Amino acid sequence: MIDGIARLGAWGLTQLRGFGRAALFFVDLLAALPSILRRFGLVVTQIHTIGNRSLVIILASGMAVGFVLALQLYNTLITFGAAESLGLVVNLSLVRELGPVVTALLFAGRAGTSLTAEIGLMKAGEQIAALELMAIDPRQRVLAPRFLAGVISMPLLAILFSAIGILGAWLVAVGLIGIDAGNFWAIQQNGVDVWRDLGNGVVKSFVFGIICTAVALYQGYETEATPEGVAYATTRTVVISSLGVLGMDFILTALMFSTGR
Amino acid sequence: MSKRNIEILVGLFVLLGLAGLVFVALKAANLTSFSNGDTYTLTARFDNIGGLKARAPVRSAGVVVGRVTSISLDAKTYQGVVRMEVNRGFEFPKDSSAKILTAGLLGDQYIGLEPGGDPANLAAGDTIKQTQSAVVLENLIGQFLFNKAADAGSSGGNGGGGKP
Repeated sequence: MIDGIARLGAWGLTQLRGFGRAALFFVDLLAALPSILRRFGLVVTQIHTIGNRSLVIILASGMAVGFVLALQLYNTLITFGAAESLGLVVNLSLVRELGPVVTALLFAGRAGTSLTAEIGLMKAGEQIAALELMAIDPRQRVLAPRFLAGVISMPLLAILFSAIGILGAWLVAVGLIGIDAGNFWAIQQNGVDVWRDLGNGVVKSFVFGIICTAVALYQGYETEATPEGVAYATTRTVVISSLGVLGMDFILTALMFSTGR
Repeated sequence: MSKRNIEILVGLFVLLGLAGLVFVALKAANLTSFSNGDTYTLTARFDNIGGLKARAPVRSAGVVVGRVTSISLDAKTYQGVVRMEVNRGFEFPKDSSAKILTAGLLGDQYIGLEPGGDPANLAAGDTIKQTQSAVVLENLIGQFLFNKAADAGSSGGNGGGGKP
């Protein structure tokens, strides 16, 4: 009985310690950001690794999601005689929800894991320790450029996902189904507000970028310096980023869209 | 890959992202359809606003001339107070009337402005005097049933009471 309570207490303390370490890590990361602006070249290289190389999968997924959404929603909307608003429904679901969320999930899988594995192997190879020995702060030299690059790349990728999704829906709706192209765009323009819908979507993708990148870097930095440790940390990156993004998405949606329109 | 090539690729990536943003904002959202700033505010009081929401369009002859900005309840008269922004350049006579209308059978509700004949125009901050409330389906059905019952009652009275 006492042992059980002690185990529960130990477990709770470990969890709290983990939260504390993550929070301190995040604060350190933010504190290291100003110094990186003086060496922006490092950030550019990381944007190439994180952003450019995720571009193909993001564009391909966005196109596929746009195609499928258009086909599926058409079948539902036609029963209400509202097939013309297909563009609006696709646009709102992409810009508000699917664009930021699916991009973040793909981003965690495509870029987050590679960040964790890279940092984890740096740690396992004691390169981080070597940097510290040379009196170079690894947070400023290694982590901050990657963090900034992730936070910059994620909104760009999310908006490209939405844009290519809308184009994909346009291809299916106008090209395949035969909805009038003028109505397709006009109903969207009437129903989608730049600040309320697009602006909030961009804010969401920005927040998700912070979550995904920070989680990936933290998991890499805190990994056990063994092959199993790196593998475990990579898995945790995907799980925690995805859950964090989905949870945060609910909170943000409730804050942004629940108040009366 | 050389540093210069990487920089060019990153530049292209950022440009592509911005192009996507501009595309969504201009082609798929309403950045151009109405402009902020050059509008003036009008107020209208309705006995019942039905399902009217903030940001609903204000139309005259079917053309969008403004947006509803806020809806509140007047605590004294128990009327719904609707504030709307109308684009400058569209001036309406003093005795214009405002109606709450529905777009299609199931569509959203909007405000229809019908110009009157007064030579003076509504100025910023003015209140539209003549308003027509939203049609509430339950009231309509209630009225219909009431009329039916009244008809039945009067015809029954003429027939000398009850069954023939």
